[in-house]
This record gives sequence, C-alpha cells and structure tokens, in this order.
Amino acid sequence: MKLSTLLASAALALGLAGGAYADAHGKTKVGFVFVGPVGDGGWTYEHNQGRLALEEEFGDQVETVFVESVAEGPDSERVMTQMALDGADLIFTTSFGYMDPTINVAAKFPDVKFEHATGYKRADNVATYSARFYEGRAIQGHIAGKMTKSNIVGYIGSFPIPEVIRGINSAYIHAKKVNPDVEFKIIWAYTWFDPAKEADAAKVLIEQGADVVLQHTDSTAPQAAAQEAGNVVTFGQASDMAQYAPFPRVSSIIDDWAPYYIERTKAVMDGTWTSTDTWDGIGPGMVAIGEISDAVPADVKEEALALKASIADGSYHPFTGPLKKQDGSDFLAEGETADDSTLAGMNFYVEGITGDIPN
Amino acid sequence: MDLSAINPLLFVAGFLVAATPLIFAALGELVVEKSGVLNLGVEGMMIIGAICGFATAVETGSPLLGFAAAAVGGAALSLLFAFLTQITLANQVASGLALTLFGLGFSALLGQSYVGVKPPRLDEVNFGLLHDIPVLGPILFSHDIILYLGFAMVVAVWALLKFTRAGLILRAVGESHDAAHALGYKVVRIRTLAIMFGGACAGLGGAYISLIRVPQWTEGMTAGVGWIALALVVFASWKPWRLLLGAYLFGGITQLQLNLQGAGVAIPVEYLAMSPYIITILVLVVLSADKSAAPASLGRNFHASS
Repeated sequence: MKLSTLLASAALALGLAGGAYADAHGKTKVGFVFVGPVGDGGWTYEHNQGRLALEEEFGDQVETVFVESVAEGPDSERVMTQMALDGADLIFTTSFGYMDPTINVAAKFPDVKFEHATGYKRADNVATYSARFYEGRAIQGHIAGKMTKSNIVGYIGSFPIPEVIRGINSAYIHAKKVNPDVEFKIIWAYTWFDPAKEADAAKVLIEQGADVVLQHTDSTAPQAAAQEAGNVVTFGQASDMAQYAPFPRVSSIIDDWAPYYIERTKAVMDGTWTSTDTWDGIGPGMVAIGEISDAVPADVKEEALALKASIADGSYHPFTGPLKKQDGSDFLAEGETADDSTLAGMNFYVEGITGDIPN
Repeated sequence: MDLSAINPLLFVAGFLVAATPLIFAALGELVVEKSGVLNLGVEGMMIIGAICGFATAVETGSPLLGFAAAAVGGAALSLLFAFLTQITLANQVASGLALTLFGLGFSALLGQSYVGVKPPRLDEVNFGLLHDIPVLGPILFSHDIILYLGFAMVVAVWALLKFTRAGLILRAVGESHDAAHALGYKVVRIRTLAIMFGGACAGLGGAYISLIRVPQWTEGMTAGVGWIALALVVFASWKPWRLLLGAYLFGGITQLQLNLQGAGVAIPVEYLAMSPYIITILVLVVLSADKSAAPASLGRNFHASS
C-alpha cells in the first residue's frame, strides 16, 4: 500500500512537472500518422524527412510524435484520437485512406488542427495538402515513351483513386506524344506498401513484355525486380531511390514536404492557422525531379528538362487539349487546360489507355 | 483482353516462388501447434529471419550462409517466446503478439545500414538435361535450392509426424500434455524444440522474401505473410499436404490476379484477391464439424505440478 501510494504520488508529481514544463516553454506538439514504415525508402520516408526538418527548424519549441504502419480505416482513427488526447496541437495524416477518419476525429477535437494529405474533405480544423505529382508523371511519361523498345510500359497502381489515375493519364499522354505506338499495362496492387507484392507485380509486367515500369506504390521493391531483370527502366517514386541509379532508376519524382510542414507549424504557433487547400507542384518546389541519369540519351534528357522548365514556369499544363476520354467523348478542347476540380476528381482514363478502372 | 500475354510457364514458376515463404512459415507453425503451442509471433520471426539472412548474405557474399543465419535468427527469437511461455508460463497469445511487435522493431534497427543494398544472388540448381525438358523444365527445374528444400521439408515433416516415434511423441504432447508427462516425456523440452523449429522455419521463409523474391531489405517487408501462414495452418487442418496445397492456392491466386490484370482482363480483382480468405473461412466452417482437427492442448500452458 505504502509503495503504491508512493509510486502514485511520484507519478502525479512527474506529470505535474511535465505539464508545467510544457506550459513554460509553450512547446507545440505535432503528430504524424504514417501508412508505411519510415524506412520504406519512398512515400513515408519523405514525410518523415519533413518531420525531421521540422524538429531541426524549431528545436526545443516543437515536439514531434509519429506512428508508422497505421492501416487505413478504423485503426487510424484510434491512433489519431490517441494523439489528440496526448495533447497534439497539429496532426498530419499522410495517406488518402485517412480522409474520413481524419474528419471524424477532427469533429471530436475542435481545438486540434488536422492536415490531411491528398484528400479533398475539409472542415474548420481540417486542411488538405497535396503535391501535383502528375507534373512529374508528365516528365516520366516523356522519358518512358522515348526509352521503351518493346513499346509496352508497365504501371503499378496502388488504389484506383483520382491521384493515381491522374498520374497514369499524365504519363500516358506524354508517352504517347513522343511514341504513338506505346501501350500501357496497368496492374493494381491494392496496397501502398507490400514489397513482395510490388515486386511480383513488377515481375509480371516484365514477363508480359514491359521494359519500362512506373510505380505508384511506396517501396523500392519494383526497382529491385527491374534490376534483377537487367534491361528494364524504372523511376523513383515519392523519394529519389538513388540507390538504384543510374540504372534501372533513370529519374524520379521527389516529394518535398519540409517547407510546408514548417510553414504550417509556424502558423499554429502564431495562431494564424486556417483551414486551407494547398496543391503545389514543380514550380513552388513541392515536387522535385530527381537527377536524370546518363542511361537516358542526352537529347531525351534535354527535352525532359525543357518540359520540366515549361511546367515549372506555368507556360505548359500537362493536361492541355485536345484530349478525349477513353470512351471517345470530349475531355478538353484545343488549347484548353484541365481545371483543378476536374483533376481532383479524375475518375476516367484518357483515350488510348486500354482496360477499365476497377470500382 | 490479351491472354496470350500471359506466359503460363513463367506464371507457374512465379507462383511456386510466391508460395515458398508461406510454406516455410506455415510448416514451422504447424509443428509448433502440433506440440500444443500457439505462437502468433510468426510475422516477427520471419522479419528477423529476413534481416539476419540479408545482412549475413551481404557481408559474407554467400546466400546459403544467409539462409543458415536466418534460421538461427528466427530460432533465437523463438527462444524468447519459449522462455516466456514454457518457463514463466506467460499467456501464449499475448507473448506471440509481443514477439511480432518486437521482431518488427528490432529488425528495423538491425537493417538500417542495409537499405538499398543488393544481395548476392542464389543461383538456380543445375539439373543439366532435366532443365531442357519442354514445359516441365522451366516450371520444375529452374529454381534455387531453397525452394526445393521447402518442398522436401513438407515431405519430411509429414513422414516424421506420421511414421516416426518422435512424431508420435510430439503429437502426444500436443493432444494431452498431462498424459505425455505421466508417461515420462519432457513436455517443456519437447515444446521448446518444436518452438525453435518453428522459429527457424519462419526465419527461412523471411529470408526467402528478402534474398530471392524481392530481393532487397525494406522495413516491415514481410507485410503480413506471417499472419497468412497462421491462417494457412488452420486451413490445412494441421496436415502437411493440405498445407502445401493451401500455400499454392494462396500464392497462385495472387499471381493469377496480377497476371490477369496485366493482360487487361476485366475481372473484379478485389474478389479474386479476397478469395483465399473466403476459402479459409469456408474450410473453417466445414472443419468445425470435425472436432479432432486441432491438437487438444493447443494454447494451454503446462506445468508439471498441475
């Protein structure tokens, strides 16, 4: 009895001291919910780099916590609730499937700010942010169209959501532009992170004749499968994946979340945070293009860089008409560009892509 | 739709590879459960095997040494489980779950310097002329030695359980540890050995993923295979041959749906992807009539004083 009383009072004292400490320094607590492990070498790795940059920027003023490999769905709701109860001021939820859970938890904690990546549902205390990955996909598509000899480009999709479909369309449009014979084979893995399955999907695509494999899943497994095959081109996804350069990885799309995380945390500290919808691309630097390796012919590299420059300065939009939808109906007229709401809800393939989008 | 894009030979060869990690992990767990112990830590032992095997193969340049290290690593981790459940009589379910969490975290720590490293390749077994047999050659005689080892172990475990005295004792311990104890068998020792065998097998399965199937190291790369292996043991109703069948079914359907998608077949892949689990549920329902399937002492702790 005595011991437990002692322990209880000690715990209480510690708790009070801890609370006082936090108050005195006004530490801002920032939580992160990750869909994969921070060592996935891709998507989650880059979000974690953003978290580390946040710690470096603000030092003692900020405390970050994260939970990795959180399944999309009810599990994530539990994790977010726990973070909010533990006193987080700002919570970044970094996968599309966290959208509804984020909205649900945010409704229960009106004083906590939430930021959901790649979604489209907002509330007074829920902002959304995403990067215009499709701009990077345009450059990949261009290189893929030029590099393929079999004219078959494999594409590993995760889930059939607008973000992924947008990437497929963007890559296809630009591959087709430089190589009219190009054909896309698309495999949906139904996972963001499962190295064995991603590698299997890559192998199947390669067996079926693809000599360029694009991925929209988070691990580097498809790169390893391509390396094993020997003559297959890949691109880093979400992170540079430079360990597979110069071949098979010939370039990459890199997500740079650090500036955004710093800016938003600053806003919470200053009390100026509001619910916003951020969607930045190559221009503002949220999407970077990893170095195009020497495995790509010099003229192709030059064209790709020119394309990148024109997207960055806004003189070219990857979805510029004339474009038709897969069913042959009109999508964009000559010179017309797709507006953001069309892009955000994209649920159709453009003309020329075979196969159906699963429901 | 272009079914001709699917090369049936590569497809079958592919699913033999996809099934191998499952075969190892599930076979180990089968032996453990036959001895009356439920170890839910398969996933944790697999991932530890994956990194131990990967690191050793990279450092020594020998994939076979890597597999040996994977077996040792898996068995070492399983010893922790054996200590908790056999010596301290901790709850088996909780200990197994803890083992998985521990394995996932510890492997991430061990593997930090191995991200992005390419492991040495394990060559195919040279079957000489057999490899040139049309159809059968590429399917059956173009794999690495570990794949054949998996198959051989299924046969060995089946024979051991069915025909040998050791198998009989193992089953006796699993069915009624009190009776086995009364007959003078060392229940705790036998179970510990079974747990270590299970750990070694899980380790081999994990290393097969990191050294052959993917081949690379990524944190958490087993991504749930250990849990499927656990389901597979129940699916197989604790019989090695059914386990082999089940592993090919699980592996085969995954490969099949990827191949069909690549060929542009408009099938609802979600249904195909969940079909192994539906079949497992159906088998469980059917089995529920057959009470003799599960070892009677499964999950119950034993102490000589009880």
